[in-house]
Amino acid sequence: MSDILAVTDHRRGDLREVSFETITAGRELADTTGGDLHLAVINGDVESFAESVNRDGVDVIHTVEHGDDFNHNVYTQALEQLSTDIDPKYVVAPHSVNGLDYAPAVAQRLDYPLITDAIGFDAADSLTVTRELYNGKTEAGVSVAEDNAFLTIRPGEWEPAEGDGSATIDAFDAAIDEADVGSTVTGFEEVGSGDVDISEADVLVSVGRGIEDEDNLDLIFDLADALDATVSSSRPIVDNGWLPQDRQVGQSGKSVTPEVYLAIGISGAVQHVAGMKSAETIIAVNNDPSAPIYDLADYGIVDDLFDVVPALTEEFQ
Amino acid sequence: MKILVTVSEVAEADDEFEIDGLSIDDRYLTYDLNEWDDYAIEEAVQISESRDDVEVVTVTIGPERAEETIRQGLAKGADRAVRVWDDSIEGSDLLDSNTKGELLAAVAEEEEPDLILAGVQSGDMAFASTGVALASTLGYEWGAVVNNLELDGDMANVHRELEGGVEELTEVELPAVLTIQTGINEPRYASLRGIRQAQSKPLDVKAPEDLGVELGESVLSLTSLEEPETESNVELFEGGAEDSAGQLANLLREKGVDA
Ligand SMILES: Cc1cc2nc3c(=O)[nH]c(=O)nc-3n(C[C@H](O)[C@H](O)[C@H](O)COP(=O)(O)OP(=O)(O)OC[C@H]3O[C@@H](n4cnc5c(N)ncnc54)[C@H](O)[C@@H]3O)c2cc1C
Ligand SMILES: Nc1ncnc2c1ncn2[C@@H]1O[C@H](COP(=O)(O)O)[C@@H](O)[C@H]1O
Repeated sequence: MSDILAVTDHRRGDLREVSFETITAGRELADTTGGDLHLAVINGDVESFAESVNRDGVDVIHTVEHGDDFNHNVYTQALEQLSTDIDPKYVVAPHSVNGLDYAPAVAQRLDYPLITDAIGFDAADSLTVTRELYNGKTEAGVSVAEDNAFLTIRPGEWEPAEGDGSATIDAFDAAIDEADVGSTVTGFEEVGSGDVDISEADVLVSVGRGIEDEDNLDLIFDLADALDATVSSSRPIVDNGWLPQDRQVGQSGKSVTPEVYLAIGISGAVQHVAGMKSAETIIAVNNDPSAPIYDLADYGIVDDLFDVVPALTEEFQ
Repeated sequence: MKILVTVSEVAEADDEFEIDGLSIDDRYLTYDLNEWDDYAIEEAVQISESRDDVEVVTVTIGPERAEETIRQGLAKGADRAVRVWDDSIEGSDLLDSNTKGELLAAVAEEEEPDLILAGVQSGDMAFASTGVALASTLGYEWGAVVNNLELDGDMANVHRELEGGVEELTEVELPAVLTIQTGINEPRYASLRGIRQAQSKPLDVKAPEDLGVELGESVLSLTSLEEPETESNVELFEGGAEDSAGQLANLLREKGVDA
């Protein structure tokens, strides 16, 4: 009872990178518990996925062939049955949107405590997981008082597993109860794109909730004009309908890699950072010195944006 | 039709704060309605406004302090509220989602809603798991991270917001729990009339034992809480807005940013 079960993630026919990170996290856990690392590959083209995730450190890959697309009911049933078979000490899955759609159900059925969005762990004696609390302003150690646990890991925190593996591949014969499959994926839609492509811009002036009011966006557009830059934003600006969806930077928006990313009134939530952390130079204007954006910024001004932005615009006029 | 909305109160830390042992000192915390739940309440209230005979009930696991937040939901149009609390909950650092699911499911079993709306996550603890745990406990169907919802008979047609601007179109059988993503609607501000009416709307308080739930020892506990060490060496420009803007302008020119 010291094996680890890790779950892979794929979407519309492609494995997602976080699958390989989950393998690494799973291997780390297996190394401390002294057990085997099992992988679950569910839905889609499981044979080719199994080949791709057969990396160094993986002991067994269980495939469950059932339909083309991700289906949370199938995942939940298959993972519950697999866990009953393998009796893993820990189950680990990506903290992805699909992860959020099955992990809590599987943990509930197995009666494993669920700790989500882990950024680190220590499994030497009992399990203690590191995760953020209070909007990324603090980091907490969370200890688990049970022998078992279900973990979801934050994408981008573990290195992707590499090297060819020699895992046994097992077609797991899950008994999927169709009467208990109450959700059906009928298609996909992509967010429409407008005339501005923020992912092409060299300089982005990006605005967040700190701007407070739609009318104040003028300040941002004036600055962008003065700098010959493009305006992008964090999510709340788009949620409010102040800018179109294709201006949103982040996990559910666009990934950008400009030379300069000027984050104005943006706290730097993990889902935002996912889309801009690869910018060459990151500059933050935020009056909260504890805002997580400062963990990643190269330069910053801890001050009121309503003072800084007009002064900066003036410099370029 | 009955819609149950799970509503959490979240704590936000001030710009400057101090950690006292395993918690942020209460002086530096501001409590408010969870952003995601604001959208969930709005979605439920809009459904109730577009159909006859829809009752919207909110449920919160929280201390007495949370009643201010709960009244916000009532002021925005929920019909009544349930609050679950007792000392055994108070004593736990961190409620895990199986426990929250069990408590909320006990309320749902009394209410028998057709639809349950939760938020994708709570802003402070951000487990992003309570809604789906609740669905699983109840044996309801579910959908996580929903940014579009149409009810169609005994089905909900939803869009699940995936990463990178892709939405999954999914049919979900009712009864179901959907976790609501920000941006799905425009949450209203409570009107003065709404705020007044909220004072007289029913708010029931229940202990876990009233709901037939016996809580065991908490399975999760905090072992540490700290401000993360910054990995980057941010260079701060100082000396007031004008001066620092001037220094930043020089940097930008060096980087070749110029109109
Ligand atoms: C599944 C999921 C997907 C998500 N996808 C995305 C995504 O793609 N993109 C995204 O951005 N978010 C996304 N989010 C939301 C994310 O969690 C945050 O809520 C969001 O990024 C916060 O945006 P913000 O920084 O603008 O607002 P806040 O977090 O509210 O920050 C505002 C900042 O402005 C500062 N400020 C306020 N007033 C001033 C002033 N006068 N001068 C200077 N600074 C000031 C404050 O100190 C604060 O740091 C997602 C969330 C979930 C759950
Ligand atoms: N204490 C609580 N009381 C009622 N609902 C809650 C509570 N905690 C979480 N929820 C609901 O579950 C959602 C996700 O929260 P979490 O899983 O804690 O991130 C929230 O948006 C709420 O709808």
